[in-house]
Amino acid sequence: MTALSQRTIDVIRKNEAALQASWMASLEASGLSRDARLPAGELEAQTREFIRLLVSSASVGDAAGLASNEWAETRTFLERLSRNRALQGFDSQSTASFIFSLKRPLFDLLQTEYASDPAELAGQVWASSELLDSLGMHTIRTFQKSREEVIARQQEELLELSTPVVKLWDGVLALPMIGTLDSQRTQVVMESLLQRIVETGAEIAIIDITGVPTVDTLVAQHLLKTVTAIRLMGADAIISGVRPQIAQTIVHLGLDLQGIVTKANLADALALALKRSGFTVSKAG
Amino acid sequence: MDRIPILRMGEFLLVTIQVDMHDQLALTLQDDLSEQIRRHGSRGVLIDISALDIVDSFIGRMIATISALSKIMDAETVLVGMQPAVAITLVELGLTLPGVSTALNVERGMSLLRDRVRSQ
Repeated sequence: MTALSQRTIDVIRKNEAALQASWMASLEASGLSRDARLPAGELEAQTREFIRLLVSSASVGDAAGLASNEWAETRTFLERLSRNRALQGFDSQSTASFIFSLKRPLFDLLQTEYASDPAELAGQVWASSELLDSLGMHTIRTFQKSREEVIARQQEELLELSTPVVKLWDGVLALPMIGTLDSQRTQVVMESLLQRIVETGAEIAIIDITGVPTVDTLVAQHLLKTVTAIRLMGADAIISGVRPQIAQTIVHLGLDLQGIVTKANLADALALALKRSGFTVSKAG
Repeated sequence: MDRIPILRMGEFLLVTIQVDMHDQLALTLQDDLSEQIRRHGSRGVLIDISALDIVDSFIGRMIATISALSKIMDAETVLVGMQPAVAITLVELGLTLPGVSTALNVERGMSLLRDRVRSQ
């Protein structure tokens, strides 16, 4: 990376206030400063802080690039900024344009300073452009990382939320499945169901697939695996909630559900489970 | 040499696997069990694997073999107390043990075995 010359750094330091003012003006033009999600005064404090950090980092660390220690403070500042932006719900464009909108005021400043020396001007514009680009890229990278963290956490929570094992009767467990079944979910579902069978000593487990939107060969295979594992543990499995469309799909795909007991709805499955456990249900009086 | 004890309970044999199974142990168990069935004329075998945490394909196949072998010697086999992790592993290995009867614990396994033998 080409370094900023001492003269450039001095001129930035000298014109800090003016530079910040014109930066604020260009942010104003982009509409970011009027955004209700940013508390009043925060943007101004951030621009002032960034210019200060830029000057202090650029005067000590130069050619080594952004990864060096001298830039650590600036990096931390940008990481904090983009994480806040991600949490406040900004998109990546407005987060990145915070940094990129500094370019024009800075270039204007350099143009006035180096008016008599076009060769030096080109070099310094290139150097500062490169510096701001890499700072902007760093911001976007952090922004995306924090967004991905949010998504991963939500996925995990969804996984845990969607696998409740309920006790329907003494020795009868039910597992209402909701959403698409993939390998990871089936694994979690299978583990929690088998664990509950051990804990409760249940003899019959009902898997209700009313909430499963589609059944393809992979989903059917996952279901088969779960049913087989339940049988190996010494309990029986019943699949309930087979909707007409799903039944048609299963037949059209030519899937063999190898002697698995299937029922149209949960009530029928419970009736069968009670019958197998030796209970009879009758109306009182 | 290590051996897995085989207990006789009337017309049934009870095998409780309390240690980690290794291949030689499994082969010895297979020999011992067939010998015991012959000697006592046992009608049923109950294998308790509740203490077994780890299985591989060899042990999985051994269980299937023991079951098939007892059946030929006219003794029903019931496998009881399989841990969830073991069940998942066997399914993932493709060992679904089609001919083997299973039960959740020894008590239920025993009543299943009695029902089976009585209905013969």
